[in-house]
Amino acid sequence: MSKRLIPHNKKEVLDIVRGVVNDEKSIEIIGAGSKRGWGRPNKTSALVDLSKISAITLYEPQELVMTAGGGTPIEDIQAILSENQQQLAFEPPDLSILYGGIKGAGTLGGIISTNLSGPRRIQSGAARDFCLGFDAISGRGEEFKSGGRVVKNVTGFDLAKLLSGSFGTLAIMVSITIKVLPKPEKTRTALVFGLDDKQGIQALSETFQGPFEVNAAAHLPADIATNSLIPLLNNRTLSVTAVRFQGPATSVCARCQGVKALWQSYGEVKELHGCNSASLWNEIGNVGSLLNGQTDQIWRISVPPSEGANLVAKIKSVVQCKTYFDWGGGLIWLAADGKLTEVGMAIRSVLGSIGGHATLMRGSAELRLTSDVFQPQTPVLSRLTRSIKDNFDPTHVLNPSRMYEGI
Amino acid sequence: MRMPIPDANIIAQRSEIIERLQQIVPRGEFGDSVIIDSAGLRAYECDGLSAYRQLPLIVVLPETTAQISRILTFCNEIGVKIVARGAGTSLSGGALPLADAVMLGLGKFNKILNIDYANRAVITQPGVTNLSISEAVSDADFYYAPDPSSQIVCSIGGNVAENSGGVHCLKYGLTTNNLLGLEMVLMNGDIIKLGGKYLGSEGYDLLGIISGSEGLLGVITEVTLRILKKPETARAMLIGFNNAALAGDCVATIIGSGIIPGGMEMMDKLAIEATEEFVHAGYPSNVETLLIVELDGPVVEVSDLIARVQNIANGLGSNYIRVSKNEAEREIFWAGRKAAFPAIGRITPDYYCVDGTIPRARLPEVLIKINEMSQKYKLRVANVFHAGDGNLHPLIMYDANELGELERAEEFGREILLLCVDVGGVLTGEHGVGVEKRDLMEKVFTEEDLKQQQRLKCAFDPNGLLNPGKVFPTLHRCAELGRVHVHHGETSFSDIPRF
Repeated sequence: MSKRLIPHNKKEVLDIVRGVVNDEKSIEIIGAGSKRGWGRPNKTSALVDLSKISAITLYEPQELVMTAGGGTPIEDIQAILSENQQQLAFEPPDLSILYGGIKGAGTLGGIISTNLSGPRRIQSGAARDFCLGFDAISGRGEEFKSGGRVVKNVTGFDLAKLLSGSFGTLAIMVSITIKVLPKPEKTRTALVFGLDDKQGIQALSETFQGPFEVNAAAHLPADIATNSLIPLLNNRTLSVTAVRFQGPATSVCARCQGVKALWQSYGEVKELHGCNSASLWNEIGNVGSLLNGQTDQIWRISVPPSEGANLVAKIKSVVQCKTYFDWGGGLIWLAADGKLTEVGMAIRSVLGSIGGHATLMRGSAELRLTSDVFQPQTPVLSRLTRSIKDNFDPTHVLNPSRMYEGI
Repeated sequence: MRMPIPDANIIAQRSEIIERLQQIVPRGEFGDSVIIDSAGLRAYECDGLSAYRQLPLIVVLPETTAQISRILTFCNEIGVKIVARGAGTSLSGGALPLADAVMLGLGKFNKILNIDYANRAVITQPGVTNLSISEAVSDADFYYAPDPSSQIVCSIGGNVAENSGGVHCLKYGLTTNNLLGLEMVLMNGDIIKLGGKYLGSEGYDLLGIISGSEGLLGVITEVTLRILKKPETARAMLIGFNNAALAGDCVATIIGSGIIPGGMEMMDKLAIEATEEFVHAGYPSNVETLLIVELDGPVVEVSDLIARVQNIANGLGSNYIRVSKNEAEREIFWAGRKAAFPAIGRITPDYYCVDGTIPRARLPEVLIKINEMSQKYKLRVANVFHAGDGNLHPLIMYDANELGELERAEEFGREILLLCVDVGGVLTGEHGVGVEKRDLMEKVFTEEDLKQQQRLKCAFDPNGLLNPGKVFPTLHRCAELGRVHVHHGETSFSDIPRF
């Protein structure tokens, strides 16, 4: 068990990093530790727990901006935003079922570092689109900042984007400034039942070709829909295709009616309101309850939406798996038996001809060591990635090999 | 403006460089692809920041990615600097030539390669103008959201390099938020592809750092963009106030009430008068400050939101409200705003456009201080402002033929930018650092902040040959930046509580 260090402020983080640089050691950085199963397993000399760097230091609702410590619990942030009828528009999922952790756990730093974004990603953008600036300690043991507290900012390189999704391999973000947005007044979800993957994605695509401003779009095959806790979905053995509308009430109702009319020719059409609508999109974003095999390996695959069904058909012809689609068909969640080592190979071989990327989101430590957890890179891109790592963390003290071996 | 000292050794090799470039990019159907005569080079001597001019060593106009790769490989080997140029509309001198650098003109990369409605994406070459993307997909009722005011001429490659915004980025984001993929050539000639018609990045978010990197990291040769379905309707409102503070309150209240308009612009009296004189947009003459607020979306939603915004404006004592009745009227409302820069150009021999961003709430005090500065520097200033996102564009009027006026205007601009930083904002919202704000970077960033940014450049361009002298006030060698500072005896590692 590695030693756990709990810094209380930026100075203490700085001291820790300088210490490990001098001692030629390495550290794993965690917030709540809720996503430690995501990435290659790594052995480090100590665990740096940022949970005490957790203050919300700035929140100006009218400016749509918040600054908080990297270790701030996401639940605290969501609670204070909610009091002000605001939200994180990128809708970060709660992966606690996937990783077997505490419900709702997770920190701002963890979410930005993994660029974790939910169903609304297709309209609002990813976590990285909301990260305006940060204060951080590099793997060189130096303090630096980038960005600011305003949305429109091209003052220097946008390092906030680089650090978003870098899994703590470049720097430790002690303070992060994010853009927040108003909560929608009303939400409604339209459903159509009984479509196969190809028809389902076609039905989703048609909603994007019309003036419906859909902000989430998913297709759940029958074997997945049956795992939903929503009676309307689990009391029949049919696939379900769903789109969500949010905004002012009159607009939401009009758009929902529009899509229902459009979908009449596809099959039985229903709508979900309030709690049921919210539950459905939580289930889709949070993954774990829909793909509920405890020992399954789980993959996340991003492809051009029109290729989603095709890709899944090809993979299923090679390996047995369960899948569902988010992001209008462009995001595929795939579960297969955890012992099958050929799943990753099959996915990536099909991806090669389509374009996109796949990430092993959950798997045994052994599988995560022997498979490429993140999409393998071309030699040129791999060289560039290594060079960036070396320029931020030359002695590889921060989360070494978490993303790629030697990075 | 102090620029890196030209390398005499490179200038001495000019004929050999020309010969090699002519081999790589042969003479084309319409003439030479390597421009070497001073009349030809003159066309490239400046970009949109015309106060600074410099003839480039050579201009080369390649047509293919392979040619660019060969040019960069060659230049990297013998240490020749490269300045890439799209349409040359940068307002910060991002495409200002260097006396010892090859200017790489991307004007021949002018084709839209693929339009894919099913995946809502367009693949285009970088020299295509911003507006042509929207025009190309307009028949299917799609559009490309970022719309800088220069959109009829500015190139998409330049938009990526500068992370351009526009009046609609409040709701739809900047270039970086609408970029799906890139092909680019690194300084060593390597060609990389990033992203595609799908979301998210494989590995580090390189798309995110290329956006707004001002030509310092690579040369963009292909761009994949997200396109959006046009909103069912869009209506613009003109809202007048007797003072800027009330207009500022109106902006804050609209956003505070949960409404994110498609665009929300502010103009002061001088800007209103100048544009009205120029385009006759029907702007009121009896207001001190004018807001243009655009609501877009489904018809029912827009009607509802217009009524809410009207209520907010009335509640704050607006003395003029007009809502566009049709598309033509909406366009004329915007025509005024989009022509604000040339309109100011008509009433003054020269003007200097400043570009800072501030937290919205600080607007009234910032405007008061800008007016005080206007008196101090004895130069008039008109203010146009992307009010929704706090991006300020004061236009300082001067006469370059009057001794010392340009210097006064620049000093005035610098003082405005430092004020923006003082109130919690930044030096540049969308025009870029370039050469213009380069020397102010040290006012915002510490030495280590800037070094860490330069280390990122080292990963892409270790010899520092891409667009040097821009963005960073000091050039460091990568070897020097790479050294790790050892902090012996400075740590209190043992004091940290632990389990």
